[in-house]
Amino acid sequence: MYWNKLPILKAMLESIDMSLVDWSRGQFALTAMFHWIFVPLTLGLSFIVAFMHTIYVRTGDEEWMRITKFWMKLFGINFAIGVATGIILEFEFGTNWSNYSWFVGDIFGAPLAIEGILAFFLESTFVAIMFFGWNKVSKRFHLTASWLTAFGASLSAVWILVANAWMQHPVGTAFNPDTARNEMTNFWDVIFSEVAVNKFLHTISSSFLLASVFVIGVSAWFLLRKREVLFAKRSTVIASVFGVIAAVSTIVTGDSSARIVAREQPMKFAAMEALYEGQTHAPLVAIGAMRTDTTNLSYPRENFIFKIEIPNALSYMVFLTPSGFIPGITDLVFGNEEQNYMSYEERIERGAVAIQTLKELKKAKERGDEIAYDALREKFYDPIWIDQYYQHFGYGYYKGRELKELIPNVKMNFYSFHVMVVLGTHFLIFTMLVLWLSLKNRWGKHKWLLWVALITIPMPWIASQAGWVLAELGRQPWVVYELMPTLTAVSRLKPVAVQITFWIFLVTFTALFIAEIKIMLSQIKKGPGGE
Amino acid sequence: MIRVRLSLFICLKFKNPMLKRIFRFYYDGFRKMTWGRKLWGIILLKLFIMFAILRLFFFPDLLKRDFNSDEERASHVLEQITNP
Repeated sequence: MYWNKLPILKAMLESIDMSLVDWSRGQFALTAMFHWIFVPLTLGLSFIVAFMHTIYVRTGDEEWMRITKFWMKLFGINFAIGVATGIILEFEFGTNWSNYSWFVGDIFGAPLAIEGILAFFLESTFVAIMFFGWNKVSKRFHLTASWLTAFGASLSAVWILVANAWMQHPVGTAFNPDTARNEMTNFWDVIFSEVAVNKFLHTISSSFLLASVFVIGVSAWFLLRKREVLFAKRSTVIASVFGVIAAVSTIVTGDSSARIVAREQPMKFAAMEALYEGQTHAPLVAIGAMRTDTTNLSYPRENFIFKIEIPNALSYMVFLTPSGFIPGITDLVFGNEEQNYMSYEERIERGAVAIQTLKELKKAKERGDEIAYDALREKFYDPIWIDQYYQHFGYGYYKGRELKELIPNVKMNFYSFHVMVVLGTHFLIFTMLVLWLSLKNRWGKHKWLLWVALITIPMPWIASQAGWVLAELGRQPWVVYELMPTLTAVSRLKPVAVQITFWIFLVTFTALFIAEIKIMLSQIKKGPGGE
Repeated sequence: MIRVRLSLFICLKFKNPMLKRIFRFYYDGFRKMTWGRKLWGIILLKLFIMFAILRLFFFPDLLKRDFNSDEERASHVLEQITNP
């Protein structure tokens, strides 16, 4: 109904150059994924180092000091190469995503400012004491610095993850139509939203797991070379204990994360399982291979070349009962009255009403029509109107566009999720096996297991990146879930400008990555005795 | 020589013994650094590329650059999100 009144909106939407959106997304993904190479190792290794440092202080055993110093050195290399790579993301917010930055400003600004002031400075101060403090400050103060570095790193992560969680599930805020910004109404709702808490726990656990696998793998290299055997075995015991706890925690938080996604982002959940038709007693696809074209909603059953399913497992995972109904992609797109899912067509209509109301409010303000302005403004604070129209705001941008644009990339989501799950299972079995063999003093006796440990080193990075791919691609087309789509969030720049910086980043990041690998390998080769 | 002079100068400048100790702690730490020197080189180069090149020439804050007040910025974004 409102669409007829919005010909300009339609024309402009159709004229948006998708290459700008794609390049901007590609650039952001490149930066974020590069940043995430360093972050999880920093988060996890800092705690492992602090734990080793504690054993040294408690026992006074010089071998533990050597062990602590070696892993601290690798932590330092990773920290130095990775530090400040995240700042580039903030540059991109201001340039490439200016509409988004303004729209979310207050919500995103507060957590990031807290991160900058509190965690970064805390972390930086204690990192210096951790590295320079040997024989300079008391043992206990030095140890405290190691622990505070570890906690400081995790504290930094809290704020970033809170901001990301809000984008996935915007709560504790209200949209101000005068300023076009979301304003925080409840700080605690934002921080302690179920999505934020779970995201933090899952991310931290998986980072601890990544660092454990790294320590076990590097130690395995020493054992294969029959060098520093005591050092390698002791490091392995600590890392495997840490690893088993982290693996269990990652799986438990991953499971609860899936339940939250099923409730709050059903499209992402359907995409990650490639579930096209909703059903009760929904099976979980354990392994499967998808066809090339997964956007054909008419023939959803033909989208798999093959699959192995676990009967009822998906329904059970979400509802703890096999009779729970899991909506498929078609239920969400075309609606399912029986299960109370509104169709996207309807949501698009409602969203268009909300956009039109905002547009009319702006016009009323410009022409000084206070009566019309007040009446329109009131709607944005009316809970019933918000529920009926504003909560579908983002869908309004898809008026006249193809419905499939509202479906995330099913294949990418499906494979990301399954890669993460398969590798997660491998890590649990692997760390348990390493711990068991270490406790029996048999770790290192089977050469092939040491090779497995070595080969496993990059796998947690793959799993961790896959997790972020799922989190971010599964949310598409939204930047702020159901409120702001990617195509609205992007700044109207020339695509070539974004392309140039994309390639600059690619070259710079590749150089930094090579530097990290080279410096780290040279220090590993030198071993705990080398300087 | 310059390093020793700098150290002496700053030690004399800091009347507060606590500040002097903190300065010496960091000064000695950086002076005795071995493998860390290369890392500091990378950090400084990286910060230079990021702030002196990328930030300055490629990543202006568009809304800050193009508008003088929050009211103008709000109006611009409203225009953008209602006429994307």
